[in-house]
Amino acid sequence: MSKTCHRDELICVSLSLSLRIDTRIAVAKWKYEKQYMCKSHRDVKVFSTNLKPPPSPTFDLLPSNSKRKLFCYELQTSNQIQTYESSSALGLQLTNTHSVTIYTDKMKLSALQQSYLTRRANSFRGSGQLDSAGDGAVKSPAAIFWLVIHGLCCLISLVLGFRFSRLVFFFLFSASLYTAPFRGGTEIAAPLDGPPPANRTAAVGTASRVVVGRHGIRIRPWPHPDPVEVMKAHRIIERVQREQRTLFGVKNPRTVIAVTPTYVRTFQTLHLTGVMHALMLVPYDLVWIVVEAGGVTNETASIIAKSGLRTIHVGFSQRMPNLWEARHKLESRLRLHALRVVRKEKLDGVVVFADDSNTHSMELFEEAQNVKWIGAVSVGILLHSDESSSMVQMEEEGAVMPVQGPACNATDKLVGWHTFNSLRYTGKSAVYVDDKAPVLPRKLEWSGFVLNSRLVWKDVDDKPEWVKDLDSLNGVDEEIESPLSLLKSTSLVEPLGNCGRQVLLWWLRVEARTDSKFPSQWIIDPPLDITIPSKRTPWPDTPPELPSNDKVLIGTQEQTNKPSLRTKTPRSRRSRSKRKHDTKVIGVQISTHSEQN
Amino acid sequence: MFKSFQLHHRHIPFRILLSKIISFLGAQKWVCGNWGLFVPIFSLQLALWSWAGTNQLKEFQVFYFADFGSAGDVLEDDPVGRLKVFVYELPSKYNKKILQKDPRCLNHMFAAEIFMHRFLLSSPVRTLNPEEADWFYTPVYTTCDLTPNGLPLPFKSPRMMRSAIQLISSNWPYWNRTEGADHFFVVPHDFGACFHYQEEKAIERGILQLLRRATLVQTFGQRNHVCLKEGSITIPPYAPPQKMHTHLIPDKTPRSIFVSFRGLFYDVGNDPEGGYYARGARAAVWENFKDNPLFDISTEHPTTYYEDMQRAVFCLCPLGWAPWSPRLVEAVIFGCIPVIIADDIVLPFADAIPWEEIGVFVAEEEVPKLDTILTSISPEVILRKQRLLANPSMKQAMLFPQPAQPGDAFHQVLNGLARKLPHDNTVFLKPGEKILNWTAGPVGDLKPW
Repeated sequence: MSKTCHRDELICVSLSLSLRIDTRIAVAKWKYEKQYMCKSHRDVKVFSTNLKPPPSPTFDLLPSNSKRKLFCYELQTSNQIQTYESSSALGLQLTNTHSVTIYTDKMKLSALQQSYLTRRANSFRGSGQLDSAGDGAVKSPAAIFWLVIHGLCCLISLVLGFRFSRLVFFFLFSASLYTAPFRGGTEIAAPLDGPPPANRTAAVGTASRVVVGRHGIRIRPWPHPDPVEVMKAHRIIERVQREQRTLFGVKNPRTVIAVTPTYVRTFQTLHLTGVMHALMLVPYDLVWIVVEAGGVTNETASIIAKSGLRTIHVGFSQRMPNLWEARHKLESRLRLHALRVVRKEKLDGVVVFADDSNTHSMELFEEAQNVKWIGAVSVGILLHSDESSSMVQMEEEGAVMPVQGPACNATDKLVGWHTFNSLRYTGKSAVYVDDKAPVLPRKLEWSGFVLNSRLVWKDVDDKPEWVKDLDSLNGVDEEIESPLSLLKSTSLVEPLGNCGRQVLLWWLRVEARTDSKFPSQWIIDPPLDITIPSKRTPWPDTPPELPSNDKVLIGTQEQTNKPSLRTKTPRSRRSRSKRKHDTKVIGVQISTHSEQN
Repeated sequence: MFKSFQLHHRHIPFRILLSKIISFLGAQKWVCGNWGLFVPIFSLQLALWSWAGTNQLKEFQVFYFADFGSAGDVLEDDPVGRLKVFVYELPSKYNKKILQKDPRCLNHMFAAEIFMHRFLLSSPVRTLNPEEADWFYTPVYTTCDLTPNGLPLPFKSPRMMRSAIQLISSNWPYWNRTEGADHFFVVPHDFGACFHYQEEKAIERGILQLLRRATLVQTFGQRNHVCLKEGSITIPPYAPPQKMHTHLIPDKTPRSIFVSFRGLFYDVGNDPEGGYYARGARAAVWENFKDNPLFDISTEHPTTYYEDMQRAVFCLCPLGWAPWSPRLVEAVIFGCIPVIIADDIVLPFADAIPWEEIGVFVAEEEVPKLDTILTSISPEVILRKQRLLANPSMKQAMLFPQPAQPGDAFHQVLNGLARKLPHDNTVFLKPGEKILNWTAGPVGDLKPW
């Protein structure tokens, strides 16, 4: 009746079809099937390997009315065919690597079965049932199939009694669940969602659907993911993350009120741009209060305007002094000034003291959301100390970390503070801004504190009693060293950042000399001096040594800011060798320059 | 049979009503035994299903396929007072000496057999009076025989087990009373008491003759498999709780990996051709998805293995040589939805943990469509699964912590044993009755240990 054959690269499957024959299983291993020959080429239909993969892995091949039909599939470089059963119509998968899969159902490829099925014991549920069904169906339509099942099950349930009959029904029923919808329509190409029919090595002998032994590696013919599905996956990830945020994130985010004292100087743009970008990344509402010593200037305004944030730019009449000590004091007053703005405007949120030269991690702003009244975080202190002796000394003393912040005990209770020990720097630290020595922080920097803005409001009902009123500080602003001075009791400070174990921001003071000059708003106009004319490229080798005199270096800064009479070559300012050269030439220039001064 | 209706759909009363109707109709078929009634009843059921939606179908399948499929509160049952266990006193060569020889057994996937022993010794369910015991436990560490690479070789296990049983049956009267039907054994090897790592060999061997009446506590679980006998308790493999705990990262860490898998795709040493190991499923995962950016899969085992799982939405748990895998435990602990690729697997404590609800089941032959299957799950379903996974009692039931904690895997085993009580009448043999064949099985197993 049916036959399977193949020529060199052609596998032909002769199918005998009777309509509404029930599911048959076909298993092929074409390399074992060489003895079969193609009967005729008359009604051979060849599918080339260029066949586009179907949108679903199965596709129709069976005309529903054909009595007998020969199908051939051309195979390319295939060394293995494995066929899997499915409860649906015939499907063919071609891959140009090494496996071909034929799904059949509703038809019988008996020749193929001979080779394979003999290896497998027919289980009760799978092959056994299907066998009987198939034979019946050859003779008559599906009614007989059901009759057979009916009779069989009646018999079994009678014989084996109530308990076992239930089991049988489970299996039967699960089978009918899957096959029922597809019965009758040979042309339905269903996806491969039915369970594989039962077969099992003889050793097992029970009704499992899982085959022991070697299976094919199922490789689908379409290698690339469907872009629609990729988008779906990303939507799922997004949804999952949104859920995570609502479950574990900040519930009702408060406005972040960033307070930044600043003044116009060489490094202002550098520092302020850095902190501005950090603030722009904060995923909460944000108000940026910039308090400027010496009054509001266009320079500062133009920088902070670029942020696109809600800013409050206020001036402070006093100019920034040159003594570090006085600077720290003035900065405190600037911050207090900002707090008065908060108080006046009744800004609601969390106050973060973001100094313009500091570096902030985003977790700081996340942690700030958790503060009830006043919180403290650990601040990493970045000191430069260029004297090797002091480095050695530090190493000897060991273990003292340059970190400020709250100190907790094992049970996460605030027990004290890590402060910066400035003693060892006595006589070595910078007093004037121009001093070539480490700039020391205060005992506790403002930037290590986070406040609930209601703490400084004038009349709040639930304001704690342990905080001083801002108005009561009048005249003694300079004595406020840190937000702790605003409190009557420091025991209620909440340690943040895993109880101070995480450093959430870094304190750094790097300033140019007070007399250093820079182009206004860093726009070079008029053009600078040309130190090397462009026609002298490639650059002549320069002596490797850098100028030893620091004054000259600083002079460099001064000099580069000088307007020049020569033509500009902005492109040439990049190369490293150029810069070395630059330095030297300018060093020469500066000496003459200072003579002129 | 109706146990499945005390399930997790309690909050939707009409569902229960509906399933009761369906089950009643289903039961009618048995009662009348008349298949002529089948067609009308079946069509009525179909109508009811289509009305009740697809979930009903799933519930129906659970109901029909097996009696297990319960959930939730069972995990919080307290076994104390519901059963008494007598622990046989065996010479230390059956347990402690073996452990001394190779302490790696304590951190192995199969360490449950050791920790179960330790747990029972100090458990309140232990009784020192064997006369009042409901269950008897034989502390024998059959899988603690590791190769230098740490792989367990079960070749000596049958002889060791046989020797232990011979010992207890000659020293105490309780084994002979039931031939082991009220005894339980922990056999956490790949194929449980079949004691072989190759499935075909394991099937050939079958469950050790002497254990055919005992209750087996094993990690192996596959429906209709000779190595899983009725009444066995499937347990999760041992995963080190402390180690996992130290690798926990904050819950808020965004899950940005869609699918994660770390492990073998091909076992070149044992299966050079491929297609035998994991029945080809792992190889198919690799071949189809190695270049797919949604799939973070590799054979490397990085130090961030546990962290990666916490950053993934789905974690693949494909079968290996055996259907079970420690990834099941890890996925539950780390809140990553387990994608279970192992046809017919019987999952740990399936009568107490709603695996259908927390995981995704993908048939082995559908691995090539894994991406389609996973992306077509609606986000709401995914979030629901994640919420269920977040349930601490679910995580607790997967672990064997030291010391034991309420609701952990030890307690689930005891719960499982308690649920089998009181013993059936068939457990106790009539005087002179012998069922077990002491001389059956491969000749090699009969040699003294």
